[in-house]
Amino acid sequence: MSGYLSDVAALARKDLLLELRGRDTLPAMLLFVASALVIFHFALPSGTGELAGLGLLWVAIVFTALLGLSRAFVAEREQGVLDGLVLAPSDRSAIWLGKAIAAFAFLALAEVVALPLFALFFSSVDGATVAGVVLADVGICAVGVFLAAMSIATRARELLLPVLFLPLAIPLIVGGVGASVTENPGRYLGFLALYDLLFATICWASFEYVVAE
Amino acid sequence: MWLRNNALAASAALAAVLLASAIALIAFYVPVDADQGLSQKIFYFHVPIALTAYACFGWGAWKALRHLWKRQEGADLESYVAIHLGVIFGAMTLLTGSIWARASWGVWWAWSSKQLVLFLVLFLFYCAYFMLRFSVEPGPRRANLSAVYALFGVVLIPISFLAIRLAEDFIHPTVFTSNGPQMSGSMFFTFCVSWAAMLATFGALYRLELAGKRIDARMRELRELLA
Amino acid sequence: MTSGEKYVAAAYLVVFLTLLVYVVIIASKLQRLEAALTDLVERVRARG
Repeated sequence: MSGYLSDVAALARKDLLLELRGRDTLPAMLLFVASALVIFHFALPSGTGELAGLGLLWVAIVFTALLGLSRAFVAEREQGVLDGLVLAPSDRSAIWLGKAIAAFAFLALAEVVALPLFALFFSSVDGATVAGVVLADVGICAVGVFLAAMSIATRARELLLPVLFLPLAIPLIVGGVGASVTENPGRYLGFLALYDLLFATICWASFEYVVAE
Repeated sequence: MWLRNNALAASAALAAVLLASAIALIAFYVPVDADQGLSQKIFYFHVPIALTAYACFGWGAWKALRHLWKRQEGADLESYVAIHLGVIFGAMTLLTGSIWARASWGVWWAWSSKQLVLFLVLFLFYCAYFMLRFSVEPGPRRANLSAVYALFGVVLIPISFLAIRLAEDFIHPTVFTSNGPQMSGSMFFTFCVSWAAMLATFGALYRLELAGKRIDARMRELRELLA
Repeated sequence: MTSGEKYVAAAYLVVFLTLLVYVVIIASKLQRLEAALTDLVERVRARG
């Protein structure tokens, strides 16, 4: 068990270190989310309430996540490292978990900038929204990393990722927006937790079939 | 014995008989609905087609599981055909649902119809299945990826349904009153016959498409042997 | 025909046409298979 967790930690640390040195994904995500928020200002005609802005925040989060996720396995594929990881004597689901944790870190860092920016441009962000963002991030990263691994194996590669991801992201948007705009966010937060539980389990259980030959 | 050798013909015959019976019942037996009028009769096709589409996706997921878990020969092809038919039935659901919405409420699309919205989400998801499948070379890799995706789909169905239910609280669509399942005896009977007809149609088309694809695969094998 | 009848007819027509198109596609696929089979038989015969 501790071997598994240390594998996961090592894999996550590898991705974080690579990003620290390379510094290409995170700045792109930050710039993207800032630009998206500015575009939303111009996309919302006057008279639409502040709730519309909150809804668009979730659009920004999902598409920023997609931007980062599309790079998730590119490095491994370019350097042919994925086969090495797969042959390593550890449970292959560790690859998924390590990368999902790294992706979560990137997304969270992007949101640390995005949420205050949103509060500045549009309307203040309450605790329920933040809780929704955290819970939704878990789902986004779990499913997103999984689907990124699948799309890397195809001819279309990263182009396939948004196509595969967006239908699965619909429940996350519903949960997130619901937590942000309605009076009783508890239901929506519970729903997000359910989504995370179900999909993280199925991702964890079936990842080895995605990378196996 | 004859039944086993001619399973395809038998299932096609069964589907034909059931479909004919269903149409006869809908046209001549079941009474016109008091509230909604004649257009309510679309319901007798629309809902069974929707339920059959769910059955297709479920069957596809079952075959996917058999492929991943038991490494069953041919399960991947069966899963693919089931999902393919599911998408066709899903498209028919969306089309008939849209016509019914137009007939009942005057609009071609109604976000308030939870069933239609759910089908739209599933339709998008399973169309992506084909994009995935056609982007990978045939082989064990493609089979594995398709199977895993099919399983995701089946988990997505209840989750999406829940999501759409929850979304109604803040989307506030213009609510149209719709007839619940308070059917009289004759309506229920007609509905059941129609549902059986749709399932039988799926069964027949499933066998048909599978037979064609299997022959295709063996032809390819033969050609390689002779080349 | 009242508009109600028109919509019912349209819905049933959609289903019927979809199934028909599906059968036509399968039929053309079968024709292609038949042609390939004929070609293969010729090849085997040519081999002697």
